[in-house]
Amino acid sequence: MLLDTALLVTASFVLLTALSVVVLSLVWVERKFLGRIQMRMGPMHVGPFGLLQPVADAIKLMAKEDLLSSWVDRVVYWVSPLVVFVPIFMIWVTIPVTRDLVIRNLDLGLFYIIAFSVLSIVGLVAAGWASSNKYAVLGGFRAAAQLVSYEIPLILAVLGVAMLAQSMNLVRVVNEQDVLVYALIQPLGLVIFFIAGLAELGRTPFDIHPAESEVVGGPFVEYSGAHWSVFFLAEYINTFAIAALTVLLFFGGWLFPGLPGDVPIISLAVFLAKTYLVILVIFWIRGTYPRLRIDQLMSLGWKVLVPLSFVNILITGAYLFYGWPAWILSLLSVAILAATVWGLSKAMRTAPKPEYTVRIYNPTSEAGHAG
Amino acid sequence: MVDVSLESQSEGQLDTVQMLVNMGPQHPSTHGVFRMVLMVDGERVVDVEPHIGYLHRGSEKLCEGEIYAQIVTLFDRLDYISNLNNEMVFCRAVEKLMGLEVPERSEYIRVILCELNRVASHLLFFGTFGIDAGAMTPIMYAFRDREKIQSMFEAVTGARMMHNYIRIGGVKNDVPDDFRQRMNGLVGEIRQGIDEADRLLSFGEIFLARTKGIGVIDAKKAISYGASGPTLRASGVPMDVRKDAPYSIYDRFDFGIPIGEKGDSWDRFYVRVEEMRQSLGIMEQALGQMPDGPTITPTRLVLRPPQGEVYVRGENPRGEIGVYLVSNGADRPYRVKVRPPSFCNLMAIRELLLNTYVADAVVILGSLDIVLGEVDR
Repeated sequence: MLLDTALLVTASFVLLTALSVVVLSLVWVERKFLGRIQMRMGPMHVGPFGLLQPVADAIKLMAKEDLLSSWVDRVVYWVSPLVVFVPIFMIWVTIPVTRDLVIRNLDLGLFYIIAFSVLSIVGLVAAGWASSNKYAVLGGFRAAAQLVSYEIPLILAVLGVAMLAQSMNLVRVVNEQDVLVYALIQPLGLVIFFIAGLAELGRTPFDIHPAESEVVGGPFVEYSGAHWSVFFLAEYINTFAIAALTVLLFFGGWLFPGLPGDVPIISLAVFLAKTYLVILVIFWIRGTYPRLRIDQLMSLGWKVLVPLSFVNILITGAYLFYGWPAWILSLLSVAILAATVWGLSKAMRTAPKPEYTVRIYNPTSEAGHAG
Repeated sequence: MVDVSLESQSEGQLDTVQMLVNMGPQHPSTHGVFRMVLMVDGERVVDVEPHIGYLHRGSEKLCEGEIYAQIVTLFDRLDYISNLNNEMVFCRAVEKLMGLEVPERSEYIRVILCELNRVASHLLFFGTFGIDAGAMTPIMYAFRDREKIQSMFEAVTGARMMHNYIRIGGVKNDVPDDFRQRMNGLVGEIRQGIDEADRLLSFGEIFLARTKGIGVIDAKKAISYGASGPTLRASGVPMDVRKDAPYSIYDRFDFGIPIGEKGDSWDRFYVRVEEMRQSLGIMEQALGQMPDGPTITPTRLVLRPPQGEVYVRGENPRGEIGVYLVSNGADRPYRVKVRPPSFCNLMAIRELLLNTYVADAVVILGSLDIVLGEVDR
């Protein structure tokens, strides 16, 4: 018993260290990748290829003064970074990175992850409220609205996978994908999960609660120094978690055709490669798109993603009940997805595309014709 | 912890209170030190009170204490994104008052640099508008090309901003020898760059959803608010001082005026994008026609224009700039009044922002493209 506890504590510390390293690498990758997208070099001066830049950033953050404005509700203000961080850290307890490398392989792993990831919303709202800043309040409530509504499609998408795998144990979910990954069987679920995941992370195009140009950082606006960096750490660990879950649920985790799934080093490499690829997609989206407005986000969530995820559950259920071959489900998925995208683009455009231009009025060449 | 008064609490139901958000003068999206006091009901803006004056330097009054040659530098600091256009309009006012002829070559140099400045200004708008809408990459594309323009300015005028290059009677000195080749290359590069940036931002589904139909102002309203420039043209009014009352040598070039249909934020955005392309066309034509010759009509350093008054209009990147200049025959003007385009365009802000969302407020303010140096003077 005592040994078990000691092991668990050690594992948690190892996990925390590993995740911190991952966060440092993510910061570097993001800055380099965004830099490349924007025709810049990214960090270049601290260490070779700017590799030590995240370390320098971390040191700077730790050395910074922790400012406290006078109207702040101190207890809530200091506690809320932890309220955000702890649940996000806790979900890593059951996320396997290879077949055997997981702290606790819970049978209800997916359920546990979902249950814990919801908790961090409380921290964001509390941070916004306690900051005694109106931008923070706006941002906090935006976060509440956004995260709560996107929990539903996220959960339903995860449920689809659990139905396919007949298990909520993540190791089993991955092992079930040794022939065909679920991204091919259930592309609809993948898209729902990824979009809802982006919204959960508050990343572009759903970076509505920290929106720099509107609410100036939202709930985090008053935080500085170490407390801000806890939020920062949580955000990146969460990004990594969503990417890891995408890989585990839909891309076969550490499995890769032709490579052994039981050699730890190879599995780990495959898993990390896949996860970082998903993360690069997230960064790529960040470098490309503008931000949605909160009402557009909500209507996308409730009017599109929630019904879609129900449809996803429905067709997955039918597939399991009638024992269809897998290609029927994937075909259905793709068809529904295509129909949705088409309908959405119809609905979002307020006019047909050729109208999206301006006329060039030239009185000399048009002989005074005002057009 | 935010002080909200709960006096409107009614029994039995959840009640909401409106919140006063003081946006600016320190806010990343107010483009300087503009301040909007927003009354918000959740995310919806129910009342707006714009406050200006944080950058007031009394430029008009300062003009009365300087000799004419020095005032050019004060005009540089009005709309500090399009300095050359400002310099030009003041110099034209003095030249008109004195009946001074400007050499042909310097007219061409002025037009080329002013159009280049217009492109630079619109590129800045392109980038910042992208940021207002939440896209972080367009500004890098825009600034890549703007940087080339700034280097060009540096080569010609010696400064990246605050050039003090256009002088009364001409320009400070002739352009560098390789000006024409460099400009030809630059025009091509910028044209390519604009197309690239345009493909990145302008027609994206999310960008359209954020800007189409947001902040609509129809032609009548726009005119009644005294809007001008792209803000007015986006509402479908083909009004451009370069066409309506051609000054300098603008009647020699063939160019069009982009006009929008609805007068929404997207139209205001895209009118500017098209305007950059038209400006590049003007530059190409001007480069082809540019004659040799002197670049300045020699004048005395301390000018004493005859007694009288003059009003001169010009097309700035942001709209119609007007200078009303009164001279009493002394070496300093009796009165200088500027009609700043940003200030007049900003008048419509309250009406545009009512009943929008907080996020829209940022986009709409961005689409008006104000420069506080000019609004507050």
